[in-house]
Amino acid sequence: MKETPLSNCERRFLLRAIEEKKRLDGRQTYDYRNIKISFGTDYGCCIVELGKTRVLGQVSCELVSPKLNRATEGILFFNLELSQMAAPAFEPGRQSDLLVKLNRLLERCLRNSKCIDTESLCVVAGEKVWQIRVDLHLLNHDGNIIDAASIAAIVALCHFRRPDVSVQGDEITLYALEERDPVPLSIHHMPICISFAFFQQGTYLLVDPNEREERVMDGLLVIAMNKHREICTIQSSGGIMLLQDQVLRCSKIAGVKVAEITELILKALENDKRVRKEGGKFGFAESIANQRITAFKMEKAPVDTSDVEEKAEEIIAEADPPSEAVSKPVLWTPGTAQIGEGIESSWGDLEEEEEEEEGGSDEVTILDSVKMETEDPSAGNHISDDAPIVLSDSEEDEIIILEPGENPKKTRMQANSKPEKVSSKKAVRKKKKKKPAN
Amino acid sequence: MHCWIMAASPISSSGPRVARTMLGQVVLPGEELLLPDSAGPGTEGSAEQTLRLGAVVRPRTRVVCGPGLRRCGDRLLVTKCGRLRHKEPSGGGSGGGGVYWVDSQQKRYVPVKGDHVIGIVTAKSGDLFKVDVGGSEPASLSYLAFEGATKRNRPNVQVGDLIYGQFVVANKDMEPEMVCIDSNGRANGMGVIGQDGLLFKVTLGLIRKLLAPDCEIIQEIGKLYPLEIVFGMNGRIWVKARTIQQTLILANVLEACEHMTTEQRKQIFSRLSES
Repeated sequence: MKETPLSNCERRFLLRAIEEKKRLDGRQTYDYRNIKISFGTDYGCCIVELGKTRVLGQVSCELVSPKLNRATEGILFFNLELSQMAAPAFEPGRQSDLLVKLNRLLERCLRNSKCIDTESLCVVAGEKVWQIRVDLHLLNHDGNIIDAASIAAIVALCHFRRPDVSVQGDEITLYALEERDPVPLSIHHMPICISFAFFQQGTYLLVDPNEREERVMDGLLVIAMNKHREICTIQSSGGIMLLQDQVLRCSKIAGVKVAEITELILKALENDKRVRKEGGKFGFAESIANQRITAFKMEKAPVDTSDVEEKAEEIIAEADPPSEAVSKPVLWTPGTAQIGEGIESSWGDLEEEEEEEEGGSDEVTILDSVKMETEDPSAGNHISDDAPIVLSDSEEDEIIILEPGENPKKTRMQANSKPEKVSSKKAVRKKKKKKPAN
Repeated sequence: MHCWIMAASPISSSGPRVARTMLGQVVLPGEELLLPDSAGPGTEGSAEQTLRLGAVVRPRTRVVCGPGLRRCGDRLLVTKCGRLRHKEPSGGGSGGGGVYWVDSQQKRYVPVKGDHVIGIVTAKSGDLFKVDVGGSEPASLSYLAFEGATKRNRPNVQVGDLIYGQFVVANKDMEPEMVCIDSNGRANGMGVIGQDGLLFKVTLGLIRKLLAPDCEIIQEIGKLYPLEIVFGMNGRIWVKARTIQQTLILANVLEACEHMTTEQRKQIFSRLSES
């Protein structure tokens, strides 16, 4: 699908705003968007959010034979992918110029800066080394992919643990995660890319451009730096002429930003480590913000629930007496009942022992059957609660609470394909209930 | 023991469900709905026997399928995920009629006939403009579809301009077509939008709510600054105030409105009007 074009008025507005030192999201010139780092349940899996830009990083490892000319070094492999999910304009399975440029920049930033000790990845020289693979997926594109991707890559590498290996003579033993604690990679330093966008042939400069700013910029300067202020790579694109002091100024800003981001990464890693140790909840599900669409929610009006049951009884009493067809629940076998014409039960041998009950008690039977049926989902939910997969709290809210007389609206949801009379009666009750809420 | 109940529960059965019993509930794409034969749920046991669209022509009931529902032969299919809604016909409860639609929260726009949208001109080709409206393909707009345009008197529209127009053709098989005039040939507010101002995107749900007849947010925003604003049903908003600062504030407030409660919103508005 084609990219949404940028309209003339957006372009003009953006440039004028930049001239006035204003940005769309209210940031200052040198401000970064909010960075959020969350970790998955596995080691080496993280999601980095830079504003609305979102990158998933996943590290995996494998024992392979080393390259011939580097017999004692492990292999590092980086791969960034731009999926269509991030932006509809990205084409799947095609190496676009942007993708090649970003991948190359990532490799220069992380591999060529020798931030990971590849020699420590050697198991048996010339025979077996670890191959570390870093997969980065762009999940949402809102500009400045390279910064988010470089943060995601280094965070995932820091978080990763590889299985322990021991060598005794010719025998190589690979220990499972349960047998021995996995070992982290040895990381010398953390290079982080910082992007600078230039406008009006270098007159104006912005840090961390978002997608719309990227579209109107004239040139881009990316500086990769670690917290010791060592420049790992630097790249200028867009073909603008920069003055020496402009580049120097950018490198100074980059130094400050890298220090901040490194601090943040270390804090996030520390947090995750602590939570894992304490056995608390971790993983992506825990870190998703509970963002509700509230703008137009009806304000909660206090509803008097003290005499709900009496009221319900009243309504039932006032309602038309149930028709003949419904009022006689059929008891096929002990434990199974049928009201009206549903699908016949094939459970047990159907003895013809029709027990007729009085008309008055039929409401009880209906409610009982409703209760019986709603028990099932809740039971299922309890099982999954015990399972290792952690359900978020919000899911629990949706469990239907099974009080026979309490909330006909909810139980109706499941009762509605039952014979018509049941659901129509519930509908009557629902209407009456709703009125005070409005 | 629960066998009969499970067999009769709607979740386990995949057959079509009666639309009326599903109101306010979540429906999923691909589900099939049945429209009720008659209004009274109390009429006999035959209420379950429902009318398939088009199967029996009933003279008085007129059912309109809004967004998220599609007629497919004699079946009524759900095409969006969301809550099923219904509005009784304005003439009174003749039963079974009215408008059904699915209230969904999404960002991708699907053209609907009659919708007013904001588009961006992407190309001029012969007698047509190609306009990006955020749908799966660009809409076409004839240069004659402007007020006062003739063969000789062409409208002044450049590539990259914003167009506020209305769909006259929008279906799943054809290229959508826009016009900037109403049936009387009047512009009626449509046409090219000015060169200043800011365009931004919000969710479709927010747009629908903002365009609701008695939307508080619009009234409150109107008191804040003097402004010009255009809402497109495709989730685009164009706004222009006196200064760039004000325009930015308005855009950010509108965007933030989706996730604020009424009190939060009131607070922010009162703070803004003080400053």
